[in-house]
Amino acid sequence: MSFLSRRHFLLSGTAVALLAGTEALAQKTGAARPSDITILNTALAAELEAVAAYQVGAESGLLQRPVLELAVQFQGHHKEHADVLAKTIAKLGGKAAEPKAKYQFPVEGLKNQADVLRFAAALEKGAVSAYLGAVPLFRNRDLSKAAASILGDEAMHWAVLRQALGENPVPVAFVS
Amino acid sequence: MKQMILLAALATGDPQAGEAVYSRCLACHSLEMHRTGPKHCGLFGRKAGSSPGYAYSPAMKRSKIVWDEKTLDRFLADPLKTIPGTTMTYAGVPEARERADLVAYLRKAGAGCG
Repeated sequence: MSFLSRRHFLLSGTAVALLAGTEALAQKTGAARPSDITILNTALAAELEAVAAYQVGAESGLLQRPVLELAVQFQGHHKEHADVLAKTIAKLGGKAAEPKAKYQFPVEGLKNQADVLRFAAALEKGAVSAYLGAVPLFRNRDLSKAAASILGDEAMHWAVLRQALGENPVPVAFVS
Repeated sequence: MKQMILLAALATGDPQAGEAVYSRCLACHSLEMHRTGPKHCGLFGRKAGSSPGYAYSPAMKRSKIVWDEKTLDRFLADPLKTIPGTTMTYAGVPEARERADLVAYLRKAGAGCG
């Protein structure tokens, strides 16, 4: 069964058993490398924060159509990322991070649509870098593949937001 | 001599170039606010895992690290090797030049905010 079947990367029963075994071994050996659950949970926390950030943008009253629809669509993607990350963590036997009761964002600096777009673009660029820094860390290569899939989505968000700002949507040949 | 000049340049770093490197951190960090990761205002001279209001990993809290040029350079090169158990699950910034610039930015920007 393909790990990245359809839109989600939910795991087959066999894959879960194998991954759970890897997790247990990792914890037993006390290796310096983080467990895949820890990596997934850090990603989940950032995805949940992105969902909250887009909510702030959508409710700011500063976004006009069609940019507003775009923001809501991107928020939906982050919700999907968070959902599958949480489910994967649970299947691996971990406890998924919960959304914070309150998030802090620099809302006083958001005065117009361009400010909101720049803020969102910075978050998306950071997300690309965060996933790029996480991809090589996974013990399970299927999880690396799944994280790379999310990275691609974040990069598309970043490019579209830059385009909406009138900037070069793809300013570099490589992301870092 | 060339090597000494290079080392001196790496020791100082360019905060302006470092701001561009810092853009990689913005999914999880900001200067002024705790986010998925802790805020960076007042980072220099601070004991790792001690900024009030942020839920650090036990590993970070017991690391006994105080953040300065050297400790930040080492941590940013390989966070997970430097502090095993950190929840900053990021491979690191392998280029010394970029780390020096990033550290210079963190020093400058982190000193000028609340």
